[in-house]
Amino acid sequence: MSEILNITNLTITPKSASNRLLVSNVSLTLSAGKTTCIVGESGSGKSLTALSVMGLLSPQLQAKGSVKFQDSELTGLDNRTMQNIRGRKIGMIFQEPMTSLNPVLTVGYQIGETLTAHFGLKGTALKDKIAALLTQVGIPAERANSYPDELSGGQRQRVMIAMSIACEPVLLIADEPTTALDVTVQAQILQLLDQLKTRMNMAMLFITHDFGVVADIADDVIVMFRGEIVETGTKKDVLNKPKHPYTKALLACVPDAEGKKQLKPIDYAWLKNGLNEKKVAA
Amino acid sequence: MSDIILQANNLVKTYTQRSGRFGFGSTQIRALDDVSVSLKTGSTLAVVGESGSGKSTLARCLLQLHPFDSGEVLFQGQDLAKLSGQALRDIRKHLQMVFQDPFASLNPRMRVGEIVGEGLLIHGLGTASEQKEKVYQMLERVGLEVADAQKYPHQFSGGQRQRIGIARALVLEPKVVVCDEPVSALDVSVQAQILLLLKALQQEMNLSYIFISHDLRVVRHIADEMVVMNQGKIVEHGKVVDIYNAPQQRYTQQLLNAIPGRKAA
Repeated sequence: MSEILNITNLTITPKSASNRLLVSNVSLTLSAGKTTCIVGESGSGKSLTALSVMGLLSPQLQAKGSVKFQDSELTGLDNRTMQNIRGRKIGMIFQEPMTSLNPVLTVGYQIGETLTAHFGLKGTALKDKIAALLTQVGIPAERANSYPDELSGGQRQRVMIAMSIACEPVLLIADEPTTALDVTVQAQILQLLDQLKTRMNMAMLFITHDFGVVADIADDVIVMFRGEIVETGTKKDVLNKPKHPYTKALLACVPDAEGKKQLKPIDYAWLKNGLNEKKVAA
Repeated sequence: MSDIILQANNLVKTYTQRSGRFGFGSTQIRALDDVSVSLKTGSTLAVVGESGSGKSTLARCLLQLHPFDSGEVLFQGQDLAKLSGQALRDIRKHLQMVFQDPFASLNPRMRVGEIVGEGLLIHGLGTASEQKEKVYQMLERVGLEVADAQKYPHQFSGGQRQRIGIARALVLEPKVVVCDEPVSALDVSVQAQILLLLKALQQEMNLSYIFISHDLRVVRHIADEMVVMNQGKIVEHGKVVDIYNAPQQRYTQQLLNAIPGRKAA
């Protein structure tokens, strides 16, 4: 198994308050052809972790620790070097396809931008490649001349996917790519991402708060709570035999389609006491 | 229990959309196409469908927030469309709504106490001190504090804001509450809290809910009956248990199959 990304002891803090840990001591490894899901509530640090891999953290934040991508260290790289990796070797898909696409440019142009920037593709070669990419994500090639507002939400997300895989990246980061979509469209997009991952042997880092989505797409699962990783494991282990009290509590909040489960909200005070006791015991 | 509190018969609502070159043409879009639903007292009716299926339009038509082309809405046997002015206003306090986006549906310039108490003020229910007392009680009931009445919406998290929205709707002691995707903008952990709160309040206050949602897992937990909408039409309706166990229509089957995590489980 070839390791693609290796994060060790990543800690993210605001520059103005370095004792406030937004992400604390996160370590994880991603391998080719595997999907790793980061699950957690809002504010758990899952998006920040992903952004720090891309070097897209807000300038008000600082990251410590090491992010190793295919034997090269990404932390502390200057913007220019990072640009050669971003989009070329690491692709990213964002949550809201409407806000991440430029409304005044055709989708074909936006897909082509990366290809021109990284490979210098022009003219018919570029046009052919754009058409091929659109077909690959299930959109008719002539849609290249459409503007984002002429497409549905699902189609826009497909365009985003086409953009992110245009340069055949080794790592694909997807930050809640289906949260804004209808269930039926969500199922299609998940299937598409899974197929592309297998075909291109990419490592995929998939951020979500939906355990149903995790069950559909993940190989490995990382659970984050208040900036820390509380549990890692294979999908089977984490979903069926959760070890950490937080993972258990979070799973108890998820309604099931059979309606058998009694919903139980998280008791944060109880959880906090439990965690402190654990620390004392250790 | 089996008496019907809110009933809609053959609702039709068409929107006109500009189309063609320079928008000179127009197309008619049937947002509601002969839709009939009925809500039993004390129960929850879920309206399920994809975006554009007409579920929010239905909610708004039921509350007379949108005019509709034809059909009728009966609240306790009374045709709402025939009412106007004061009579309609009097009945509106029994018909309340909880909105989807807790960030957009609260006025950022009003204090929480004012937001929750505004209905009481408009309907002139009780003296000022009684209204204040009522607002405090309601805030505590939904899990907030009395001191929160002095704060502004931006000082709260998404889940807390949704609690404010619920307090605002329930302070008038309504009979029917229309919840338009009340938990879809929330984390699962917060979603569970709000769903349990809605269920508890329903029992205490004998509320009837119309629950609009695209999340079939949530519907399974909260609703007794459901209607499935597609392109302005109701394609299937019945008891939630029956539809989940044996969906009759292809479209409903597709929706159920698309529930994430079902295949793996």
